[in-house]
This record gives sequence, C-alpha cells and structure tokens, in this order.
Amino acid sequence: MTRIWTAIAAVTMGTALGSAALAGDVRIMWYSDGNEGEVMEDLVARFRADHPEINLTLENVAYQVIKEQLPIQLAAGEGPDIARITDLKKEAPHFLDLTPYLRDPDYWRENFGAQLDWMRPDRTDIIPGFMTQLTLTGGFANATLFEQAGVPLPGPEATWDEWVEAAARVAESQQLEAAIAIDRSGHRITGPMISEGAKLIGEDGMPAPLDDAARGFLTKLIGWTEDGRNLRDVWVSAAGATYRPAADEFINATVPYYYAGSWQVANLSATVGDAFDWVATGSPCGVAGCTGIPGGAALVAIRSTPNPEEVATVMEWFAQEDIVREFSERTLFLPAHKAVVEKGGLDFQTDDENARAALNAFVAATGQLTEEAQRIPAWTPASDVYAALAKRLGEAMAGELSTEDALARIDSDIAEAMTAAAQ
Amino acid sequence: MSLGARVGAAATAPLRALAAALDPAMRGWQRLAGRGGMIGLFLLPNLAIFTIFVLVPIGLNVAYSMTGGAQVFLADRPFVGGEQYARLLECENHLRPRTCRDDTFWTAVWNTARFVVLQVGLMTGAALVTALILNRSLPAKGFWRAVFFFPVLLSPVVVGLIWRWILQRQGLANLVMVEGGLEPVNWLVDRFWAFAAAVGVSVWAHLGFYALILLAGLQAIPKDLYEAAEMDGTRPWRVFRRITLPLLTPNLAVVVVLALIRAVQIFDEAYVLTGGGPGTATMFLTQYIYETGFASPVRNPGLAAAASILMAGVLVVLTLLRLSRQRRAAQR
Repeated sequence: MTRIWTAIAAVTMGTALGSAALAGDVRIMWYSDGNEGEVMEDLVARFRADHPEINLTLENVAYQVIKEQLPIQLAAGEGPDIARITDLKKEAPHFLDLTPYLRDPDYWRENFGAQLDWMRPDRTDIIPGFMTQLTLTGGFANATLFEQAGVPLPGPEATWDEWVEAAARVAESQQLEAAIAIDRSGHRITGPMISEGAKLIGEDGMPAPLDDAARGFLTKLIGWTEDGRNLRDVWVSAAGATYRPAADEFINATVPYYYAGSWQVANLSATVGDAFDWVATGSPCGVAGCTGIPGGAALVAIRSTPNPEEVATVMEWFAQEDIVREFSERTLFLPAHKAVVEKGGLDFQTDDENARAALNAFVAATGQLTEEAQRIPAWTPASDVYAALAKRLGEAMAGELSTEDALARIDSDIAEAMTAAAQ
Repeated sequence: MSLGARVGAAATAPLRALAAALDPAMRGWQRLAGRGGMIGLFLLPNLAIFTIFVLVPIGLNVAYSMTGGAQVFLADRPFVGGEQYARLLECENHLRPRTCRDDTFWTAVWNTARFVVLQVGLMTGAALVTALILNRSLPAKGFWRAVFFFPVLLSPVVVGLIWRWILQRQGLANLVMVEGGLEPVNWLVDRFWAFAAAVGVSVWAHLGFYALILLAGLQAIPKDLYEAAEMDGTRPWRVFRRITLPLLTPNLAVVVVLALIRAVQIFDEAYVLTGGGPGTATMFLTQYIYETGFASPVRNPGLAAAASILMAGVLVVLTLLRLSRQRRAAQR
C-alpha cells in the first residue's frame, strides 16, 4: 500500500513540476513593428551562450496580443517573466521592482532614469525595466508623389491645415484615394490636439473635459474625413477602441501623407524600398506648438515571475550599453540609454537614405515637445482618454453621431472610466 | 466454452472484479437510500461535471455582474448590486440607442436583432432550397453535397479573412468589378453593404450544415407518398406544400432553433470581417461583451457579465417559446 501511495505522490509531483516554470526558466513576450524580433532572436542566442544556466525563451506575438491578452494575464497573476509593453502606466502595478536583484541599480537610474516614471506606479521609485526604444509621433510624406504633382513639401512650421491642403492637391493631381491617413488611435491625435493648445490634464491630474482647442481639432478631423481628405477606411472600418494602423495605405501610395510615429521608420525602410522617396516631417504645427507625443516600448519584468534573480540577470544583460547601442543601430530605433545618446555616433545599419534622414528628423522633433506632451507618457488616465477618442471619433466619422454628440460622449465615456477606475 | 466466450470472459474480468468489489457497498446504499438513492448515485458523475462546467460558471457570471472595477479576481472586486444592469438598461427610448446611457450596448442589441431575423430567415430558406436540389437525382451528387458542406469545415476566422480579402477596397470583388467596367464599391466601409456582407458570409459559412439536416429529413420521407401523389397527378408545388413541408417540419424546427441560437451568438466571422464597423454598424452583442470585458483598454468585466446574463435570458426565452410552440403543435 505504501508503494502505491509513493507512486501516486511521485506522479503528482512530476505533473506539478512539469507544468510549472522551472528554476532558471525565463520567458520574454515580445512583439515587433519592424525587424526587432529578428535582432532579438540573435541577441537571445548570444545571451544563452553567455548564461547557459538560464533557459531564456523568446515568444514572438502580435501587438494585438500585447494590447488585449497580456493585460488579462497580468491581472490574473499569470503571463511571461518579461514583456515588451507600450501601455506602461496602466500595467505598472504588475511590474516587478528589480532594485534588490540588480548589481548596480544606480546604472539604471543614471541611464534610464528619465523614463522610469513612465513605467512606475504613481508615487513609487521602483526600477521595473527600461525603454527598448523612444518613440515620437510624427508624419511621413511621399516626396515622390509631391514632386510628381508639382506641390512643394510644406516647411517645418507648416500647420495641420497647410499639410492637409497640400496633400489634398497631391491626391487630386495623382488621383489618390485620400490626402492623409492617421492611425486609428487616440494616442496619434493627442499630439495634434496639444499643438492646437488643448489641455487634457486637469489641475487635479485627472482628465479635463475637452476644451475649445481639443474640440476645434477633433471637429476639423471629422470634417476632413467627411469630405474625403482623411482616409475614411482606417477609422470607420472598426468599432470601439480597436487599433488600426494606416501604414499599408502609405506604403501602397494610397495617400501622400501619413501620421504615425518614429517606430514606422524601419517598417517603411523595409517595405517601401526604392518604390518612392519618403520623408519624416515632424508634427504639423498648431497655435501652441508642433508637438508629437513621446513614448515607446519598454522591456519590463513581471511581478508574478517565480525567478526574479534570473529575470534580473536577463534584464541586466539586455540593458548593457553596448547591447542597447547595437539593438538601436540594427533596428533603427531611437535609444533611451543616456550614455548611448550622449556619446552619439550611432551607426544606423541601413543603406536607405530616407530612413537615415527620417531618424534625424525625429531626433530634431524631440526639441519641439511641449510641456503638456511630455507629461502624457507618465499620466495614468491617458489610455482611457485614447480609448474614448478612438471609439467616438470612429462613430462620428461613420456618420452615426454628430460631431457635438461625439464630443459630449468622449467626455462622458472618460468620466465613466474614471468612476470605474476609482472603484 | 468457445474461444470467443473465453476471450470475452478474460476481457471483462477486471470489470467483473470491480463490480464484485463494489457490490456490497452498492447493496448497502440501496438498502439505505432506496431506488431513488440509486438513481441519484448513478447521476452523480454527470451532475458533478454539469455543476463544475455549467452551474458554477453561471453562478460566477452572476456574481461578477454585481461587482465593479477592472480587477480580475472576484474577491478584489467591490460589490455594486444591480448598478451594472441599471447602466445597461437606463434609456430614454430603447428604440433609439443613442438616447441610452450605454448606447453601444443597445446598438449591439438592435444590430443583433436585425441580424437574427435576416440571417435565420435567409439561412432556413437557402438551406431548404439547397436540400431540395441536392435531394434530386443530379450528376455528381456527392461532389455537389461536398461543395455546399465544405465551408462548414473551415474555421470561422479563416472564413472571415477570406471574405475580408475579397471585399476590401482593393480586394478581389472590386478587381472583378473594375475589369467588368463597373464602379468599385467600398463594401466594408459602407453601412448597408458591411451588414449585408456579415449576413451573407454567415449564411455561406453555415448553409451546408443546415442543408444536411434538411436533406436527412427529406430522405426519411416515404417514397410511396410521392408515388401516390404522382399517380393522382398532383402538381409539384402542391406536393411540396402538402407532403414535403409538413413531414419536414420537425427538421425545420431543429434548423430554426439551432440557427437562431447561433445567430444570437454571432461573433467570430463578423469580427474578423468587419471589426464591428463601419462605426458600430456590425457591432453585435457578443463583440460588445468581448470588448467590454477583455479587449478594450477600459475593461469592465462586471458590465460584460451583466450583458451576457441579459443575452442568456433572451436565448432562454426564445428557446422556451420555440419549445412551447413545438409542444402545442405536437398535441394538435
């Protein structure tokens, strides 16, 4: 009888151990916009050679998985040990404080300190990870189409109206589908609203009701969609807060102007090739500035990991100065590492002059950031505001809501979200 | 004893040993609990599975629907009573969704209602016609049956993707139209066409399954009835109305009930095909529940649970109505 019970216990233990993460196992959940997945595969292989005691696996997933499935996994105390995330502030409560496991926490504070607040829960000083890239929202113009249409590219101080008007002339001349396309995302239109003078953050740190500047830009955007200058498909072809990129429309030369951000540089470089010349334009201007929204993706440690020491070892390896430099040069991403930025001399590994020029344009555009825009990445309610904007603007552009009703619904949706978040 | 009997006896020996070992306990239980107790004992395994996988989740769903916040674990969520139901039901005029506090929910409700009426009607009609055609002596009958049944084998996501590629602005449908000298149509961005596409694709994807049910019913109708009608010189339409349709009614009832339940639950193909757009033109109840509970950056599991309870209530009512009609028909 004792033997039977021993056998049952052994089988049970074996099953339990087989299904749980073993000591030394570290899993990274990773998404890619461009070639960074391939670069990471290569870096992970080198890490394994340096640290054979740690079984590091890279799980490549779609961005949709990071947006929709990972938050549920994190809330349920499941998920990977490390993840590449963009919705940093919202998920910050699920991040691990690496401080006690790091050999040199000051290295992290010194080199990544400027963005640590973006990924920390409010009023804490934890070190949960580091930015794999800094991003900035901004526009891209198809220089070839502008040239063919005989329309000069608007200058660096050009307003949104001037860009839309110029792009509309190109679209008409070249018989294109529309003048401009903007990703279906509240994040993308936040910079333009702030450029027009909108104050999204109230004095109490909570979302302020849409002011005249915000309402003015949103009204214009709906108008551009109704008259066909903003490509309707992108915003209308989904419901709710669903994210829809418009990159393919620009790559297919359906529109001469595309507003997205610096993370698209590698993608455009790889997919456009020499089909046409393209330029990064920074953000068009409004009365209050020409700002984009800074942000990016961070590699963060997840609190539920059973192997925090191994996770810290992995994070330290990837946060090394030379690794960050190599990652940026190979992926064409703007680095967030202070020493890498200060030493300069990044040798972006591309023969594409369009991409090199675009990266320089985005670096230059960082000097245009307004104070309000710089507060956004560390502002917890930002994702609630983005969701309401995408949902209601999509409905207004589809003709289901009047502009006034859409703007009123944006305010009430944000208020409902704040009430729910407070519960 | 023959070889077969010896093999049989050897194969069932472990079962007989088990039965013998359990027999005293079973007899004891029967003496104690009687015949009813024995029935209960035999039902226990099924009841346990039903409880774990159906009753407990229903109970949890009801519990979630009475909580607020975005936390996942029930214990972390504050009790809010019927607030989520009140939010869903609060409306100036339920026929005009935009006057409701949660306008998206009511938009989804009415979209689903329209979808159900159109899809179930079209599906039943198309499945009946298909079954009638496939029941005739056609050349390569097996091939044609396979053709109609093939879409049923496809994953709904694959169905949605295929039709998305066909119907998108630069898709196959527009290519053919332009080649034919017609103006292209932005199928998935036009409210009317996007809804029509959602209905049409759903019918295309499931038609084969329902046609098969009706085909089985048609083949079960005794041939001599048709022979007698033919001898009487009855016209085909009258044969269909007086013989085929009445004898096919039980199968048609099954088709309608199954199609109805499936239509109310519409999600996968439509979600991949249109994403709920344009605007909210093809936003159906299940998508509303999914987005509210899981996909939106502003997750509200309590609201999603309340919406799913209301949806389940509608399904129960529909099923009961259908069953009572069927019962009344059977009594007549």
